[in-house]
Amino acid sequence: MSSAVASHAHPPTSTGLDHRKIAIWAFIGSECMLFASLISTYLIYKGRSVVGPFPHEACNPPLCATPLKPILNIPVTSVSTFVLLMSSLAMVLALAAVENKGKPGYEGILGSSKLWLLMTAILGATFLGFQAYEFTSFVHEGLTIRTNLFGSSFFTLTGFHGAHVTAGVLWLLTLLAIDMKRGLGPKDALLVDISALYWHFVDVVWIAIFTLVYLIK
Amino acid sequence: MADHEFTHTNPDIDVHAMGEMHEHPTWKQYKWVALILTVITIFEVWAYYIPSFVASPLFVPTLLIMSAVKFAIVVLFYMHLRYDHKLFKALFTGPLIIAMSTLIALLFLFGKFVKR
Repeated sequence: MSSAVASHAHPPTSTGLDHRKIAIWAFIGSECMLFASLISTYLIYKGRSVVGPFPHEACNPPLCATPLKPILNIPVTSVSTFVLLMSSLAMVLALAAVENKGKPGYEGILGSSKLWLLMTAILGATFLGFQAYEFTSFVHEGLTIRTNLFGSSFFTLTGFHGAHVTAGVLWLLTLLAIDMKRGLGPKDALLVDISALYWHFVDVVWIAIFTLVYLIK
Repeated sequence: MADHEFTHTNPDIDVHAMGEMHEHPTWKQYKWVALILTVITIFEVWAYYIPSFVASPLFVPTLLIMSAVKFAIVVLFYMHLRYDHKLFKALFTGPLIIAMSTLIALLFLFGKFVKR
């Protein structure tokens, strides 16, 4: 181990593994259970709303005061899903850039951790923009968290996910600020790795939500 | 770990503490993974717009399988679980199995698998 690592080395542990990395995996495991409970709630309430708007079906009087189209906007959500998937690609490239800083092939702009961290944060913020647009349009179409069972479970599930994405974007911006100030190098790989694990987890949760909530009728 | 043979090409990285058992994928592999994820997503959305397929009993299983494949690809390659220490695999798959079992049990309890 080099002196650069030795000065940043984690104290010896019984497993030989860094506690921070074990902690993030344990946290991700607990998050699996949180999102499973939210998805379960959504699926249990699915199709049990008494009044519209409904996710995949049109709503006509007397269930709705005026005829309403199915409320989910699949094309827009498909684009936002693609954006989140690409943010995961940007995140792995950021980690690779940090781990290989200074090595051949990582000298140019495409090997810059700043570029990929910024790109990941921008793509995450874009996803949040799509979600804000979706929520706003739903409210304008008469669906709020209090309208029906679909509204309650949908806004709770996707709202929790959006909150996680927001936390991830803030985390990425913090790393970017550190990178701008003193530069992130191989000795900081673990810090970036931990944030990357969180970010990818947010991505896999959306993969499940996109299929279970948006695509399966 | 006494059986830890792998060392990163960059000596400044403490792969031991990070739990890395094998070299992570290259940029090229990451881009292939992104392409596969994109193609599967396109197939998912395409399937949604085929009324005859949506009406068939294959629709839901097909979407669930495609989603599971995407989930697994991200976890194995982007989250490096395929290359990392077995303790991390246990910390993720254990709660995931509990979460999936709970989800399926709740759907059974609330009659979601009963044909009406």
